[in-house]
Amino acid sequence: MIDTRFIGTELPSFSVDVEAGRLRFFAKATGNADPIYVDREAARAAGYSDIPIPPTFLFCLEMESPQPSAMRELLNIDIGKVLHGEQQFIYHRPVCVGDRITFAPRISDIYAKKGGALEFVVRQTRVTNQHDQLVAELNCVTVVRNS
Amino acid sequence: MTASLSQARVGDALPVLTTTPISRLDLALYCGASGDHNPIHVDLDFARAAGQDDVFAHGMLSMAYLGRLLTGWAPQHQLRRFDVRFVSITHIGDAISCQGEVTAVEQVDGETRVRVALTSANQHGDIKLKGEAEFGLPN
Repeated sequence: MIDTRFIGTELPSFSVDVEAGRLRFFAKATGNADPIYVDREAARAAGYSDIPIPPTFLFCLEMESPQPSAMRELLNIDIGKVLHGEQQFIYHRPVCVGDRITFAPRISDIYAKKGGALEFVVRQTRVTNQHDQLVAELNCVTVVRNS
Repeated sequence: MTASLSQARVGDALPVLTTTPISRLDLALYCGASGDHNPIHVDLDFARAAGQDDVFAHGMLSMAYLGRLLTGWAPQHQLRRFDVRFVSITHIGDAISCQGEVTAVEQVDGETRVRVALTSANQHGDIKLKGEAEFGLPN
């Protein structure tokens, strides 16, 4: 069983730069042909300062952590047993190419179902930009299959 | 595009978005582009050792498809919230169909909020993701 005393634990925070090349690759990988996600001029014409990150891309940037497995290692979770259970994004401001954003994740809950056959870890992440403005909040539920 | 949001009514359906069947190449590209390098999605040897018959799709790839459904319908800067529950695993060969329906139009924090129920399913109608999004239109 995952030790519930880790509820409330803050994971290492880190900052990442939003880069155009990476967004173009993401647009290709997700079949997104909308020009605002690949072309700066199209993005500006749509009212953005530069190419905006698409709605789910903050999850990808969170994977840029220098210690992407920090939570799994802390909780001793086998990567082969994990599934993504739920994902939530709350948006406060756009994030565009040229922004430098900071992720501050914490473990907000740990619980079990089916007599421990399934365990759940909830990670809450606050995301701020280079102006210390809150741009988004993420909630990620990881499921660990013990059976 | 803003017109569809400002004129949204409960019961309106968003234009359906359907993908081609998911291939191994799609998963390899998403692995690199997303930064999610969990081998269970791209390494068959690893997947079998972990008790799976085959590699399977990243849940977040399907969520990105739902994101395309949303931003194809209304401007992204008006998206306030987007959440999903991953109901079942998406397999190689699944063609994903993304659907949305307006479930509420209400006033919140000085703006009109349009709530959309989201579903993604494969070609057999098996539900893969269920979710909800909320857009805001300043009054």
